[in-house]
Amino acid sequence: METITSKKTAKNNPEKLRVSGAEAIIHCLLAEGVDLIYGYPGGAIMPVYDELYKFQDRLTHILTRHEQGATHAAQGYARVSGRVGVAMATSGPGATNLVTGLADAQIDSTPMVCITGQVPRHLLGSDAFQETDIIGISTPVTKWNYQITKAEEIPDIMAKAFYIARSGRPGPVLIDITKNAQFDELDFHYEACKGVRSYQPVAKVNEKDLDAAADLINKAAKPYIVFGQGVILGKAEQELKQLVEKAGIPAAWTILGLSAMNTDHPLNVGMVGMHGNYGPNVLTNECDVLIAIGMRFDDRVTGNLETYAKQAKIIHMEIDPAEIDKNVKVDIALLGDAKETLQALLPRIKKNKHEAWRNEFREKYEEEFKEVIEKDLHPTKAGLTMGEVVEEINQATKNKAVIVTDVGQHQMVACRYAKFDQSKSNITSGGLGTMGFALPAAIGAKMGAMDREVVAIIGDGGYQMTIQELATIYQNKLAIKIVVLNNDHLGMVRQWQELFFESRYASTVMTNPDFVKIAEGYHLKARRVTERKDLKAAVTEMIAYKEPYFLEVKVEKEDNVFPMIPSGASVSDIRLK
Amino acid sequence: MEKKWFTISVYSENNVGLLNRISGIFLKRHINIEGLNVSKSEIEHVSKFTIVVFTTEDWTRKIVAQIEKQIEVIKAFYHTDEEIIYQESALFKIASHLLFDERQIQNIIKESNSQIVTVSREFFVLAKTGRRHEIDEMHDQLEPYGILQFVRSGRIAVTKASMPITAMLNAYENQE
Repeated sequence: METITSKKTAKNNPEKLRVSGAEAIIHCLLAEGVDLIYGYPGGAIMPVYDELYKFQDRLTHILTRHEQGATHAAQGYARVSGRVGVAMATSGPGATNLVTGLADAQIDSTPMVCITGQVPRHLLGSDAFQETDIIGISTPVTKWNYQITKAEEIPDIMAKAFYIARSGRPGPVLIDITKNAQFDELDFHYEACKGVRSYQPVAKVNEKDLDAAADLINKAAKPYIVFGQGVILGKAEQELKQLVEKAGIPAAWTILGLSAMNTDHPLNVGMVGMHGNYGPNVLTNECDVLIAIGMRFDDRVTGNLETYAKQAKIIHMEIDPAEIDKNVKVDIALLGDAKETLQALLPRIKKNKHEAWRNEFREKYEEEFKEVIEKDLHPTKAGLTMGEVVEEINQATKNKAVIVTDVGQHQMVACRYAKFDQSKSNITSGGLGTMGFALPAAIGAKMGAMDREVVAIIGDGGYQMTIQELATIYQNKLAIKIVVLNNDHLGMVRQWQELFFESRYASTVMTNPDFVKIAEGYHLKARRVTERKDLKAAVTEMIAYKEPYFLEVKVEKEDNVFPMIPSGASVSDIRLK
Repeated sequence: MEKKWFTISVYSENNVGLLNRISGIFLKRHINIEGLNVSKSEIEHVSKFTIVVFTTEDWTRKIVAQIEKQIEVIKAFYHTDEEIIYQESALFKIASHLLFDERQIQNIIKESNSQIVTVSREFFVLAKTGRRHEIDEMHDQLEPYGILQFVRSGRIAVTKASMPITAMLNAYENQE
């Protein structure tokens, strides 16, 4: 049934092709430029897999070892390449296993199309074998979803799926296809979707608001930029750099904004949020104009909203109208694409240096360095720190690696200390905080940037949630470097238990297996480091190695990540210890 | 912020899954849907949801933004009671003998401006259209005599100001 009125453009495809629905799906993927998909076969999607077999010279299918892995791999691929990631699964449990990845992609605005098989139309609603209402289940965690029950719907719906996934604020789309629609034939004709009438992906930049914003920025004594992933998704890295340099504005990033700006840039002052840097958090409450670019004032960024940047005028550049005034009331909202907005804003901005203001960030950094950073990166105590491992990786990769992280202490440490000199290089689960994300995401990241070094830094907890993807890495000979920072605990939860639950370590102590043996069981080169003297050599060896490499580093068991804004506290009350 | 009655009007493509998407937005925020009506609108092939909520304007604005974000939603608006013309309908099923045994019932029918839709040996049905408090009053008056069945519809509303949906759709059709 035609449900959305959309515009199409005719491609050079005048001839009609009589094909099965399953084959049509392949032609749709090829027409969208897809050459790689992740997935797991099963009964209700078998006709499509049969076609994948026939088209394997043009469309690579990577068999992950769990459907969740397929979604995270598709996400990792999308995040490094800027293209739409594609994952495929069968009905029932295959489909429900996609839910975590869908939710992750939804909250982190990752373009992804998931295709699921479904029982034949005549069995819908009969509790048939492997039937589940994946449309109902996935509705809250998808940008759009749709169930195809007739073969002739396929080209139109697939075109919309890709258009919706990648346009505006990107997100995941799920297309559920009943088995009869895969078997039945249709006259195939593909037209890429150019618009949907009920969906305006990008608003036009408002000139008046731009003038007002420029005026605020030009008159500001202490302007401050906080940028997020919108800069990366909007390909606005150059424009951001120009604004920062022209107006001399210190710029900090959210966890998903990391790598949009060179971490060594003198005006890049670090990370905001719960475990962000000291200056960027404290000075949020001292700036006079806060310029938020492509970020959404997540609670992990703002802390207590009642005490967040109340002294400042706030300018919010944002593509999604629903984000305006959602968490933080702003003075000027610049709706639109980050690149277009910044391009239009730049000519209105006057040159400035703000030396004294920048110095405040330097001073705060010195404090943090003495109290936290020096101890993390150049420890004098016996146990290894996560920070020094990240620092060794920086040196071995010359800041050029794609760093994929999981969720927890190691993630915060890696994001605080990893160095990046190019965009789309920090791949992590930000909004959803999905443990188990990193290993499969690294698969996608590597395949999206085959010429780049991809280092997955993972905790011993999250690693075991998707550890079976080691088989995918081995089977496909993907030269991913896997670093497990093993503290034998669920470290972040343990840290909270220590600080806020009187050290009652409820279910956070882990008796772990021999990770080196497990990696070796998957035929991977593997090594364990337990002492500082061996760290540099091991990291160097790992980076030099041309095949997948697993490195376990036994780190201090009860280290805490600081600085820290306690949950519900103000950004001003960030603790250094 | 003060809680008030708000009427949310949603113009959408006619899609089976959309009600699920929209209701999920309320569910997630623990905001009760006090009234819901789905019908065709003044525009061909465009549906209109009329949703009534009792909450703060801030929440209403955020909910409307989330509704409008859904792909199949063309445009969503919210209005206070003062900004709209609105009505609800109700049906009362009552035992027929009461019409003769209880004289007061005939007065209630007259005074409430309700209509007798049907009469049979066993029961008769009253229809009442009006604002919710009028329907509630009529319900309270009839209740002592025994109501066999009662149902009230969701609110339907039109705005005093114009809704620029047609212009929006035309603009879409005309853009390249």
